[in-house]
Amino acid sequence: MSTSVRNHGSLGSRVFDVLNIILLVGLALVTVLPLLYVLAASFASESEIASRPFFLWPERVVTGTYEYIFGTGTFVRALLTTIGVTAVGTVVQVMLTFTMAYPLAKRYLPGRALVLNLVIFTIVFSGGMIPTYLVVRDLGLLDSYWSLILPLAINPFYLIIVKSFFQELPQALEEAARIDGCSELGVFWKVVMPLSKPIIATFSLFYAVGIWNDYMSPLLYIDDNRKWTLQVIVRQLTGADAENALSQLDSVMFPVEGMKFAVVVIATLPILFFYPFLQKHFAKGVLIGSVKE
Amino acid sequence: MATDLAPPPVTASPAPARGKRLSPRTALLRYRWLYLMLVPGLAYFAIFKYLPMRGLTIAFQDFVPFLGYGGSEWVGVKHFEELFTGPDFGRLLGNTLILAVLTVFFAFPAPIVVALLLNELRLNVLKRTIQSLIYIPHFLSWTIVASLTYLLFSVDYGVIANWIHGIVGGAKVDYVAQADWFRPIIVMQTLWKSTGWGTIIYLAALAGVNPVLYEAARIDGAGRWRQFWHVTLPAIRPTIVVMAILTSGHLLDSSFEQIWLMTNSLNRSVADVFDTFVYYIGITQGGYSYATAVGLFKGVAGVLLIFGCNWLAKRLGQRGLF
Repeated sequence: MSTSVRNHGSLGSRVFDVLNIILLVGLALVTVLPLLYVLAASFASESEIASRPFFLWPERVVTGTYEYIFGTGTFVRALLTTIGVTAVGTVVQVMLTFTMAYPLAKRYLPGRALVLNLVIFTIVFSGGMIPTYLVVRDLGLLDSYWSLILPLAINPFYLIIVKSFFQELPQALEEAARIDGCSELGVFWKVVMPLSKPIIATFSLFYAVGIWNDYMSPLLYIDDNRKWTLQVIVRQLTGADAENALSQLDSVMFPVEGMKFAVVVIATLPILFFYPFLQKHFAKGVLIGSVKE
Repeated sequence: MATDLAPPPVTASPAPARGKRLSPRTALLRYRWLYLMLVPGLAYFAIFKYLPMRGLTIAFQDFVPFLGYGGSEWVGVKHFEELFTGPDFGRLLGNTLILAVLTVFFAFPAPIVVALLLNELRLNVLKRTIQSLIYIPHFLSWTIVASLTYLLFSVDYGVIANWIHGIVGGAKVDYVAQADWFRPIIVMQTLWKSTGWGTIIYLAALAGVNPVLYEAARIDGAGRWRQFWHVTLPAIRPTIVVMAILTSGHLLDSSFEQIWLMTNSLNRSVADVFDTFVYYIGITQGGYSYATAVGLFKGVAGVLLIFGCNWLAKRLGQRGLF
């Protein structure tokens, strides 16, 4: 603790340091303890959840809840649906965003400013929930998996960040490819996209987390319970009207409380698994996003 | 691959010579691939962003889906009159603003304070570990956060509820069901989910402070507190102002998912905000026109707020957003 360049000799300063560490460690604990408890509880028996006040390791590890959940058609279908929609949706969103960002990065392109302004306007003002719902309905997308992807296909903020990134790429490579007879499309596919791998990874993660976590789209557009996503299941099992939803599931004999904990764990784990990558890239994204053109 | 598609342009750079304007025809021809690449994106914005804006006209109709936008009867500002004179408006505006003000009051300063405290940590390993941990909730969905709340505050087995009961005693409180606890719970959720992540932008500003400034302050005899007051704090003031403008521009935008997930029949009197009300009236009751009118009012008020805050910031001598 003595490498700091700052003056920290005084007693007050040392007392502050100690208090500061206690406070921040406390904050970190408040953040993660609920998650660790839910994880532990998901492996505990019903009676342990009911009787023990707080624990980070169950007395007896029970996996029955998970076995039950993964044996439930509703749940497995929702898990597969969510994985599929997230995978396809991410590809669609990334393709659309990057394809549109590239021409917008060309300052000499006539009409570029108009398109950019049209995009930015949608950040400030939108048609809102009902008119958008009606458009999705008129397109026949209600109860279609595409309703979870297409209405959110391009995030205008991400589009502008990717556009700024393209503007900063060295132009020499693109020009060399053009002299070699590459069309603009060829330059994009063969030169620009390979150079953009890190930022493609970043925005794939951005979009994937967005779809995985989305609750509003299925709430609005999906009625058919065979097309539910994981977030809807989580809501159905743990929300205010949980008992109602539970009675609709395939069986009657199951560990109710443990199941709630386990479902939360399953919906959270993929995010935590990707978290190290997320943290690295997202932080960068936030900072790029804060730089004005 | 594309050699057969187009003859190579004469110059390597496709940019036109300085000062020369292309006719639309020439431009379209020369940049046809670039324009082609714009098409899918433009189609997205046209269909999912601008088509709904045309749909806003149903706020002035008695929209019947069967009759469509053209066939439904025009009723002028009937739905707006109903909104402003009816019993909903006061409650919605009140709930939305109270929640917004509470959230701003607690959740706006929290990341600033935490960032400043983190900035004072001298152990880098500890600092990085704490950062990694407090960023986590940002990536969890509102459904997860709501479920955690239900599980931890449940009357029967909720760990936190039981813990509070053990200290305070008395009758058991059903925190997630009662109207009185709705707002505190929303504020707590927001703090838990967004405080850590919110520090990033301030930590970046703090990392940009030139160390020479601290050295100079120390030579002038400034202690730690005065260094903080005269160097650290001024360094993040512009960031605070920009974040304040952004936040106040969104005062009317409640977090739809968060509030919807915590709403139940017992707390609707305090939980109904513009965004959830639009869903309730429009989607669950089919009152498309009235719901759209409510949404349109909120949208227009939101735009005015953003421009107003930006104007105010500039008047106060700060750099605005635009």
